[in-house]
Parts: sequence; structure tokens; C-alpha cells
Amino acid sequence: MSEFFSNYGFELLQKTWEHFYISAIALLIGVVIAVPLGMLLARTNKLGNWILTVAGVLQTIPTLAVLALMIPLFGIGKIPAIIALSMYILLPILNNTIIGVRNTDPNAKEAALSMGMTRLQLMSQVELPLASPLILSGIRLASVYVISWATIASYIGAGGLGDFIFNGLNLYDPVMIIVGTVAVTVLALLTDKILGLVERYAVPKGINISR
Amino acid sequence: MLSIKNLTKIYGGKNKAVDDISLDIEQGEFIAFIGTSGSGKTTALRMINRMIEPTSGSIEIDGKDVMQMNPVELRRSIGYVIQQIGLLPHLTIKENIVLVPKLLKWSEERKDKKARELINLVDLPESYLDRYPNELSGGQQQRIGVIRALAAEQDIILMDEPFGALDPITRDTLQDLVKVLQKKLGKTFIFVTHDMDEAIKLADRIAILSNGQLIQFDTPDEILRNPANQFVRDFIGENRLIQDRPNMRTVEDAMIKPISVTADKSLSEVISIMRERRVDTIFVTRNDGTLLGYLDIEDINEGYRKGKDLVDIMHRDLFKIQIHDKLQDSVRTILKRNLRNIPVVDENNILLGLITRSNLVDIVYDSIWGETPAGVDEA
Ligand SMILES: Nc1ncnc2c1ncn2[C@@H]1O[C@H](COP(=O)(O)OP(=O)(O)OP(=O)(O)O)[C@@H](O)[C@H]1O
Ligand SMILES: [Mg+2]
Repeated sequence: MSEFFSNYGFELLQKTWEHFYISAIALLIGVVIAVPLGMLLARTNKLGNWILTVAGVLQTIPTLAVLALMIPLFGIGKIPAIIALSMYILLPILNNTIIGVRNTDPNAKEAALSMGMTRLQLMSQVELPLASPLILSGIRLASVYVISWATIASYIGAGGLGDFIFNGLNLYDPVMIIVGTVAVTVLALLTDKILGLVERYAVPKGINISR
Repeated sequence: MLSIKNLTKIYGGKNKAVDDISLDIEQGEFIAFIGTSGSGKTTALRMINRMIEPTSGSIEIDGKDVMQMNPVELRRSIGYVIQQIGLLPHLTIKENIVLVPKLLKWSEERKDKKARELINLVDLPESYLDRYPNELSGGQQQRIGVIRALAAEQDIILMDEPFGALDPITRDTLQDLVKVLQKKLGKTFIFVTHDMDEAIKLADRIAILSNGQLIQFDTPDEILRNPANQFVRDFIGENRLIQDRPNMRTVEDAMIKPISVTADKSLSEVISIMRERRVDTIFVTRNDGTLLGYLDIEDINEGYRKGKDLVDIMHRDLFKIQIHDKLQDSVRTILKRNLRNIPVVDENNILLGLITRSNLVDIVYDSIWGETPAGVDEA
């Protein structure tokens, strides 16, 4: 074991970092697209539901297949992997954003509009903060997904901890597989914990009191 | 001034939620919109701040057509209070109060001052400014709802059943509060309610709506006195028409038959009549019924022992009221002068009846609690 770490220790750190930033970039892109999109879709009835359904269907396509489909479009490497991963996590974030915004107190919104908020002010000053608990939990869920799926992205040359696992499979080296798997799990758990803390502090205080 | 002309809102091509309503509201008036559920009160109210766009008709504020104004700016210039309160839970009370001033980009200092001034107006401690809505009771929250509508110094305040969800005591307190605020600030209030008592208590004028149409628009007194039609009568409720009896009943309705003697009777005759009728006061008239004065039981005792005549001992100066006077006035005279009773005369000073303290008490009780329950009545 210690021999493994002396041989592969540096590579482990490097792959972990790679894994982390692929996931983080994919998550960031997903959030930047899904949250505003979800807020817009929330006010439409049919379109919102339709998009959710389509996104739900897309979600059932195996990750590996999506990654494979990326190759003819974007080639191999980190970029196609990040694109595929961010598409993948659109759904949980979109879903929670739409539901969160739709569930915000209609009376608060009615009062805010009646007092002269513009649509944009309503979205940014009322809907977003009120929906923030659900949106944040969607993001947290997506972060765990994205970290586990990023493992598979190594298949199309994205790097990351998946490399350990795939190499281990090729070389019949169980230690490599186990180390890779544990590292992914630890990364996912840590991220989840950290985002849990973020959630606690980012949700507006007045909303916490009501719960 | 707010001028509404031929205002109509049609939903789905045929359902007339508001049907050709016209009314003029003066600056500083307190107007109540009242009507059954679905009569179009909310729709009418929300067309004023363009939360709903009219199908036809016009609304002018001080001569300016609201349809020509920017709806967002219009709404910022009109206060709005809803039944469900609608405070923003993620903002502190202070942030809630100065929501519109913030939209209008007031300075921090000015917002701060305004929030303090307003929270004092509704008797809540300034420390509440840093709390969140969920830390306040429903009644306290609605106080904030009310002052939030005043924060940007709006001249017109719209309220849609603001106190409908509150318990009766809180509601009563808030009604008083709103009335005082309205008087003090001289703003125009338009208030939607289901509750006739609330409308009578608060409004300068009441607009009665039914099926989107304006049935009657008048002062509470006038509506109670002269309901426009059977619908209004039913809506007010016979009960309330009866309750309002002290205002409307004349002295004639309320008076009882007085016990009187003519001036030529002897004191012993008077005593036997008083004993028989069990009264302590007796009125003295001429033969034609003209009221001369009264005697009470102590006077008679003394006079009898001294062997005097009736005309020597009777009191000639007395309070009296006219038969066509309002009952309220006799109540006032009796209470103010601390009289046991007061005789009723016509224009020729002919004695016609008597109002006593005890039958006034009955009337006052009636007006407070409605008709006396049958059982008590007969007892
Ligand atoms: N958005 C809408 N679409 C279709 N019909 C509507 C709409 N809003 C209101 N209506 C109808 O218009 C009529 C008047 O509604 P409104 O809400 O103004 O009544 P209201 O007097 O405020 O009643 P309540 O006392 O129950 O609040 C009702 O028949 C209602 O069903
Ligand atoms: Mg209504």
C-alpha cells in the first residue's frame, strides 16, 4: 500500500484536482444555465412541464452513451466531457428551480407586484431568495452526481480519478481501482458537506425561521 | 380625485366581472366596496392600479388617465394591502416597510426615518424593525402590511379585505387604527369588505356591488335609511335596519302613554290615581290637554299636609320634547339633565306621551344587541 502511494501519490493528487475542476466547471455551467432558465420556465405552464419531461427522458440515456455521442461532435478530451456533464446536471437543478419558484408564496408575489416591482425585480428580489432552499439542494444533489459521472468521463479522455479506475481494470490492479473509487467517494462526500454548510448560510434567515 | 367612468371588465368574452361602473371619489374619502362573493370588488379595485387591465371605461387620478401612465410607476404611487398580508418572509420588518421607498431609490437615511415613524404610528416597538415577519403575530403582521402601503407617502391606498382573516378583537383594533390614520393623513382609502359592520364603521361612502354592477353608492346613513332596492335591504339585513332604529325612530314610536290629571283635581284624587297607577310623577294639564307642569310624590305629601291646592305646588318649569324630534335628541336631553323622564308635546304644547329612562334603556340595548330575545321580552 505505502509502495502504491510512493509510486502514485503525486498522480493521485493531480487526478483528484483534475476530477474536481472538471466537475466544478460542469456544475458552474449547469447552474448558470439551469437557474435562470428554470426561473423563466416556472411561469410558463405547458412549456415548463414539457421541458422537464424531455430533460427527464434525456436523463435516462446512459452516461457512457452520451459521452460516446460527444466524440463525433466535440472530439475527445476535457471540453466534450464538461459539456456532457453540464447537460446531465441541468435536470436536477432545472427541476428544483422550477418547483421552487412555482411554490413561492403567491401572496408575497402579488403584494410585490402590486407595490410596483418590475418582473425582473420580482425574480431577483422575491422568487430567487424564496426558492433558494430548493435551488441550493438541487445544486448540492447535482454536485454529487457530477462527481460520480466525471469518473466515466475519463473514458473519453477527460482525465480525473476515472483514469485510476480504468487503468486498474486494464492492469488487473485492484488497489488502483479501490484507491480511485475511495478518492471519488471522499470528494463527493466532502463537496456535499461543504455545500450543506453553504446552504445553511445562503438561505435567507427569515425563511429558516418559518421552518 | 379619483374618477371611474363606465369601467367594465369582461372575462372570456362574456363573463362580466365588472359591469359599467362609474363613481367619483374625493381626495381624503374613505370608500368601502361591499358585495357578495364574486360581485367584482377585487376586480374593480385591481383595475385602479392596473394589476388588471379594464376591458373598457376609464380611470382618472387627478385628471390623468391611468392607462396613459407607466403601470410600474402607477403602482408605486398607490398603496396596496391584501387579506393574506403578503409580507416578504426573507426580508426584515424594516425592509418590508420600505419596500417601495427602496424601489424609488430613497436614501438609507430617509428610509430609516420613515420606518421608525411608521412603526411608531401603529404602536409596535422599534426593535421589531429587525425581526422577520414570521416572528410576528398575524395582527402585528397586518399592521406592518398597512404601514407598508403608506411608506412611500402614497395618496391613494387600496385595501382588499385587509382584516378578513383576523380575530374580531384584532380586527376591531386595526379598524380603529386605519380610521385614525386615514383622518390624520388625509389620504384616500378604498377598502373592499364583506362585512357591513366594517363598512358602516369605517366608510364615508359605501359602494354596493352585485354581479359586477354598482347598485348604490352613498353614505352609510343614507343607505341604511333609503336602501336602493330589495337587494340592498337584504344585504344590509333586516336586523341592521332594526338596529338602526334609534337613529330613525321618531319620539312618537318610542313614547309611552303618560299618566296625567287635569288641574282642577284635588290632591287626594291625585294621590289615589298615582297609587292606582303606581307612578311617582304625574303630569298636570288643562282640560284641552295642554301641559301645565308636573307633581312628584314628595311634593304631594308635603302639600297635602299643609292643605294646599294642586296648582300651588306643581312644578311649572320642565324639560319637554317635540313629538317630531329625533329620538337621539331625547336620549341626549335625558342623559345630560339626568332626568327620570321627559314629556312629549306637540307644537301646541298638548301632552301626547312620555319617554322614560327605562324605555330608553331598552332601546339602547336593542340597538347594541339587536332585538331582545323573545323569552326576555315576555318576562
Ligand atoms: N382571472 C379571471 N378569469 C376569469 N374570471 C375571473 C377572473 N378573476 C375573477 N373572475 C370572475 O369575476 C367575478 C368577480 O370576481 P372578483 O374576484 O372581483 O369578486 P370579489 O367581489 O372580489 O369576490 P370575493 O368577495 O369572493 O373576493 C367572479 O365571477 C370571478 O369568478
Ligand atoms: Mg375579492
